[in-house]
Amino acid sequence: MQENPTNSNPANTNPANTHSIPYAVLGTSRISFPDNDPFHASATLATEAEIMVYLGYPHLEDHSKRAILVELDTECLGELTGEHLGEEGSNILGFARYRNGTDDPSPLVELVKQKNSRPEAIAAAIALFEAAGLQVAVCNDHLGRIIDRLVRPKYNAALRFLDEGRATQKDLDLTCKLGLGYPDGPVERVVRGGLVHHYHITTVLFEGTGASGYAPARRAIVAAKRERN
Amino acid sequence: MSHSITTIGVCGGGGTMGAGIAIVAARAGFKTISYDRSPDSLASARKQTSQFFDKSVERGKMKPELRDEALARLTITSDIAELGACDLVIEAVFEELGVKHALLKQLDEVCPDHTIYASNTSTLSITEIASGSKRPHNVVGMHFCLPAQLMKLVEMSAGILTSPETFKTAWALTEQLGQIPVETRDDPGFILNALLVPFNNDAIRAVEAGVAEAGDIDKAIKVGLGYKMGPLELIDLIGLDTQIRLCEAFYGVTLDPRASAPPLLRRMVAAGLTGRKSGRGFFNYGSNAMFGA
Repeated sequence: MQENPTNSNPANTNPANTHSIPYAVLGTSRISFPDNDPFHASATLATEAEIMVYLGYPHLEDHSKRAILVELDTECLGELTGEHLGEEGSNILGFARYRNGTDDPSPLVELVKQKNSRPEAIAAAIALFEAAGLQVAVCNDHLGRIIDRLVRPKYNAALRFLDEGRATQKDLDLTCKLGLGYPDGPVERVVRGGLVHHYHITTVLFEGTGASGYAPARRAIVAAKRERN
Repeated sequence: MSHSITTIGVCGGGGTMGAGIAIVAARAGFKTISYDRSPDSLASARKQTSQFFDKSVERGKMKPELRDEALARLTITSDIAELGACDLVIEAVFEELGVKHALLKQLDEVCPDHTIYASNTSTLSITEIASGSKRPHNVVGMHFCLPAQLMKLVEMSAGILTSPETFKTAWALTEQLGQIPVETRDDPGFILNALLVPFNNDAIRAVEAGVAEAGDIDKAIKVGLGYKMGPLELIDLIGLDTQIRLCEAFYGVTLDPRASAPPLLRRMVAAGLTGRKSGRGFFNYGSNAMFGA
């Protein structure tokens, strides 16, 4: 059990003097840091960096660095590092700044670790992102990380309810906003982020887990097929 | 034939939900009769209602004379015969079909033919509830959200035999109450719980699978999606035992694997970790922690 949820991650309360950690950014971001993001402005040369941030770029192992951070899309970190019977882990961590498809990136970074990931690498990564004004949720190397794992089945259900006539799109979304305090409803959100984007994520989750809740919703399949045609 | 609604009854008026609905009705100008079998619960609810209106006046949300008028419109009773004066009765009694059927049987005996029976159920079928009355055409779903006196949403659903006139009248009344109705079919969990209960279970399963710590899961959901509360914090507030009851209600009729109670949830309840009310659930609250503190 954890203490009150307002202060849940001990590492988040003890940043390791982060402003002074030099970092280098290599590659072009697929998701997390568009080219105009201020995160790039503070980066330094790779030779001077203690943390390497790889954006859509094959990473290089370097045990002299405090952390090697590799941006992830739908893949697991293990696909990039290799896996070793549950004993994997080093100074290489995965990360993704959460964004709903084509929406702007959110302030959340999902930081992916493995069983034997170095604690000092995790602390340095948290410190780096927090110094950039972001918030970090740490998770293990599972498909969908935290958010996609949890919200994609809900979006599928909402799309199914729409198909089945349980309620109109307006009422589905209004119910979630008024009844649950969501900033937007599930249907408007998944459509805004892109049904094709939803299709790609749920396809990966469904193939990887076999769980029926991840099977792409009919409307997402239709959108994906229309895009292909 | 449509009857205008002037008097509203609330069954289960001694409970949190029933008391909140009675506040909504009295505040909106309706003569309101709050019924509960327990006089003590009613008296306590009446006191809390008075305190709620006092707070509304203190905060400038209500004029003192309107408070006095609202309180004057609200009467309490443990005699179900007094509900015979009602044009519409909203039930917020225990979520068990037998309990609701027994209540409807009594209401059939004391209420006139035109009285509409509205159920505040969040898990049961309106059609099944209506089968306990001789007037199923008069039964409609009106699911308020907790706390009813603050939350505007009402999920409204017609059972198979609900007359269009009943639904239309209840819809108009909901708007007169100052609430916002949404229409949903008589399907398990309507909209809100049908989306929320499996989502909350998925969050529990993520903890169980070692995806992340509870705090990180809630943080991700709040920061990434802008939700006011994380799913695990919400389950702690609802009560882990209540979450099991919700799961059993939904899984029994849907057989949706996401609706089944996760093993971790059952283990935690067995250990007495029922959430905020026990001081521990997915988070530790300490003995006197205020919600949100």
